[in-house]
Amino acid sequence: MTAPIATSQTILVVGGGISGMTAALEAAECGRDVVLVERSPTLGGRTALLYRYFPKMCHPTCGLEINLRRLKANRRVRVLTMTEVAGITGRRGDYQATLKIRPRYVNETCTACGDCSAAVSAEIPNPYNYGLDKIKAAHLPHVMAYPQRYLLDPSIIGTADADQAKAACKVGAIDLEMQEETVQLAVGAVLWATGWRPYDAAKIQPYGYGRFPNVITSVEFERLADPSGPTGGKLLRPSDGKEAKNIAFIQCAGSRDENHLRHCSRICCMATLKQTQYVREALGDTAQSTVYYIDIRSIDRLEDFYQMVQRDATVKFVKSKVARIAQADNGDPILHGVDTEGYHRYATAHDLVVLAIGMEPESNAIALPQDVITDSSGFIEGSPDGGMCGAGSASSPLDVNRSVQSATGAALRAIKVIYQTASEEA
Amino acid sequence: MADKKFAAYLCAGCGLGEVLDLGTMEKVVKREGKMQVIKRHDVLCSADGVQAIRDDIANEGVTHVLIAGCSRRAKTEAFDFPETAMARANLREGVLWVVAPGTDHDEVRQEMADDYIRMGCAELKKMAVPTGNPNCASNKRILVVGGGMSGLTAAIEAAETGYEVLLVEKEPQLGGWAAKLYKRVPFREPYAEPQDTGLAELIARVEAHPKVRVHLASTLAETAGAPGRFAVKIATESGAVTQEMVGAIVQASGFSTYDLAKLPELGGGLPSVVDQAGLEQLAKAANGGVIQRADGQAVSSVVFVQCAGQRDASGTHLPYCSGHCCATSVKQAMYFKDANPDVDTVVLYTDLRMPGMGEDFYRSAQSKGVIFTKGQVSTVKAAGTGCSVNFRDLILNEEVTLGADLVVLATGQVPNSGVNIDLLAEPAAAEQTPTDEASATPVEPAAALPPSILNLTYRQGPDLPQLKAGLTDSHFICFPYETRRTGIYAAGPVRRPMDMLQATDDATGAALKAIQAVENAALGRAAHPRSGDLSYPIVRLEGCTQCKRCTVECPFGAIDEDERRFPVFNESRCRRCGTCMGACPVRVIAFENYSVDTVGSQIKSLDMPDEFSERPRILLLACENDAYPALDMAGVSRICYSAFVRAIPVRCLGSVNTIWITDALNSGWDGVMLMGCKRGDDYQCHFVKGSELAHYRLSKIDDTLTQLSLETERVASFEVAITDSRRVAALINDYAETIKRIGMSPLKGFN
Repeated sequence: MTAPIATSQTILVVGGGISGMTAALEAAECGRDVVLVERSPTLGGRTALLYRYFPKMCHPTCGLEINLRRLKANRRVRVLTMTEVAGITGRRGDYQATLKIRPRYVNETCTACGDCSAAVSAEIPNPYNYGLDKIKAAHLPHVMAYPQRYLLDPSIIGTADADQAKAACKVGAIDLEMQEETVQLAVGAVLWATGWRPYDAAKIQPYGYGRFPNVITSVEFERLADPSGPTGGKLLRPSDGKEAKNIAFIQCAGSRDENHLRHCSRICCMATLKQTQYVREALGDTAQSTVYYIDIRSIDRLEDFYQMVQRDATVKFVKSKVARIAQADNGDPILHGVDTEGYHRYATAHDLVVLAIGMEPESNAIALPQDVITDSSGFIEGSPDGGMCGAGSASSPLDVNRSVQSATGAALRAIKVIYQTASEEA
Repeated sequence: MADKKFAAYLCAGCGLGEVLDLGTMEKVVKREGKMQVIKRHDVLCSADGVQAIRDDIANEGVTHVLIAGCSRRAKTEAFDFPETAMARANLREGVLWVVAPGTDHDEVRQEMADDYIRMGCAELKKMAVPTGNPNCASNKRILVVGGGMSGLTAAIEAAETGYEVLLVEKEPQLGGWAAKLYKRVPFREPYAEPQDTGLAELIARVEAHPKVRVHLASTLAETAGAPGRFAVKIATESGAVTQEMVGAIVQASGFSTYDLAKLPELGGGLPSVVDQAGLEQLAKAANGGVIQRADGQAVSSVVFVQCAGQRDASGTHLPYCSGHCCATSVKQAMYFKDANPDVDTVVLYTDLRMPGMGEDFYRSAQSKGVIFTKGQVSTVKAAGTGCSVNFRDLILNEEVTLGADLVVLATGQVPNSGVNIDLLAEPAAAEQTPTDEASATPVEPAAALPPSILNLTYRQGPDLPQLKAGLTDSHFICFPYETRRTGIYAAGPVRRPMDMLQATDDATGAALKAIQAVENAALGRAAHPRSGDLSYPIVRLEGCTQCKRCTVECPFGAIDEDERRFPVFNESRCRRCGTCMGACPVRVIAFENYSVDTVGSQIKSLDMPDEFSERPRILLLACENDAYPALDMAGVSRICYSAFVRAIPVRCLGSVNTIWITDALNSGWDGVMLMGCKRGDDYQCHFVKGSELAHYRLSKIDDTLTQLSLETERVASFEVAITDSRRVAALINDYAETIKRIGMSPLKGFN
């Protein structure tokens, strides 16, 4: 592939989720050149893996479609997927970025016809369903994937499957010789829109995630509820495939806890309130949702959504930090703790437990340039000279709406750097 | 006409060449479509295929291109010929992938493909390349309304990015609420102590910046025009008015505090009860020393009552949470503890809301000895020199009374949004029956309305439309800056309740949107969501009947009226949804590449099977934002649906002119389906009112059907979401069954 043309006038956006896409598009629509790099094979990030948004219960793919259309109509954004930043040197207005591009084994001529996928038999855990089901090793990530191009999983390279995929492709798009590439890029400003990852639930030992199959995380629950997810939208619990009707939601799973994440992840309360409505959508009046919480943080005008859920007879609120979970013989998780309103002990069985898992900054798992400052949780503040800054949930635990707000502001900060360094040179 | 040249390119890739008879399609293109250049390629999107098209444009003078292959949503990088008009016949996602495989379906599949080719040719004939808005104007100055933290931030960010700024503040000094604070909550680590507001430095930067001009003690007497050419009249208290031109507007008009007098049960009005703003005043006076009440008594015990007059489901007080008040009370409790650790400070709350790293600030307060109690306050009464707070302790489950020298009520933010233009809407006089007492009740008298902030001369009212509870927020989760007045962006607590840190972020984002608006307006391009679109509505005024439908229905208030009541289109306010085109009963509004003709000619282009063929034709007008992608994704997922349907994407269901439906029925189509986005309170229509208006217009279609002696089932509309790929297929199949049941249209062959 050819390296994109970039100059000190170019803005590098790292991360192609909703924040990165927003920052890139907003800057480009102001007439600025942008290189948008994304580690995975498709844009869209975590929001593309959500079933619905609070509070409108609308679908994230709706906004993704609009953003993709903006992208298709704008020649100023150059998108590089399967690309990571290996290093950045320099200073505000004058950076050298080193990008590593992993081989996709499928080039731009791919028409997304699907012939390679049909020819391949190997399957891999589906990363777009958090590994809850399998996907062909030659695949299109999902129906909204952009670029709309297949890829071959590295695990089949050198196997007969790869050769079959290559043979099946009528347009010669499969290139099994593709190697990792390193590309150097000159840019003037860098926005880190690297987003978040769910906190490792297995570290919350008393909750038994990983040991008890019917304890899952909120992001996995999104996939269960989604008709295009692994269960076709049915709320089937992992241990026995039985439909879960009595579901517990545990708030602050990992958050507000000095042993895990010291911050409040902000989104989890609203996400749980939303998910109780998935249960209602699936089961009607026979649904039973119980929310174990410390404080319900339905901040600002989202309050009316909380009030709506409070009026929902299928949803019960228990003010309690759940102490531990045990598993009954039939696979039911049993929650133990004390209801702090009145101090009752409880030991309550549920069909399924959803951990409202906290947001950990993804940047904790990547090597940031040295002059990028993070807070004690790892959220990105930026470089002292302002040439690099965080955008969206990389900078603070934010919901989608606030991430977009943050990314829009970040786009201006990057433009300002470009403007100011250009006028200093002039 | 002479210099137009039409070319059709048929793709044989992705299995199209094997399953469809491209030879037949070439004949259709030639004989019916009258294309002058016809080519076939094995993989049209390949470099080679694209080059062939480019060569024809460059060497053969081709001006109009039909791509017959994949969906218009696919391979957009390859098929990118901005200098030519282009139509795409969707043979892959729209035919090959959705018609059941097998030779049994060969005939209907081929008919479907042939029809899409006919429709593509017909559309192309009526298209022109958009030339861009001729009335674009290039004033790039940004007007910021409000000189508080949000407005100052927007002003300095825009100025430091090279744009001139005009800042209008109604008070005689800058600073807004921030100027009244003793300290603010920390913006960055360590989240432990209250911080200086930093306002003085910010004001100094703004005042010193050569690109910023500040008008104090001034308001907007009038705002006219459009992005790139807003003419604003700035009035001072003395009555002097200056006129200025600006390109875009950031409205950072801030908030007012909720009126304490509305909370008598919580002690509003008592001398020992203040709101958070009142406490800031006391803290400022103490300046780090012991905080005293207004009567001079030192405070040795203080109770903070959270959510006072907020989160109220009864409709009496504010329905929302103001977001900042928990952190503000924590900060204020620290004022007391930092001056004197022996002061009793209790925060009574139901849910403590300090998201993100606010948790550290909360921890810091706990370590300073601030007491947090989960309790629901019922009353605050005068007692001795102070007051008594009665509340239900929600942990101990008992009624408790607490005495305090001072009570601080955490009341909420009330947005300074100006006039709620929904209350100004003309009463629907024609709809009212004389006996309808309830609807005859007059709307709130004008005297009760707050003063306007912007004083827009727009036909639809003087201020930004409000979302709910007076907030001028966007309805869209993915697009928080989408106010319904192009080039005017709300920022800070007027948009949504928020704290100071979020307000500065918000103002920075709003400044970007304003900059984007002036840059796009100068180029004649549309703003979000059709950003970059160069087409614009062209009106043939000589045919206009001054019915005002377009001026009333435009979701963005883009169309005014002149003194003769003709519509005045302000192209750079327009978002190109086509709602005006759908509304126009005399069809005088059109876009160069999207018009009553571009769609109408497709509808009439079909080779209509006769009444006895048992091959009905179903027209599907699908919103391009959600419904059409859902159809595409049905294709990508190989979900099959009836081959009798023919889908045409529309910009928005609001752009559907009912003439298309009557034309379709008159041309012998057996049914018409419309698929658009959800309407109602949680609407998902990208153009706000489009699907709502389409629904309203369709409610009258039954009369037309009756006049034509047709069954009412022949027109049906559906709300679909983008994820409904399975459902759209099912809806189509069910509808095809309905048509089968009621039979073929009797109107075939009469044209």
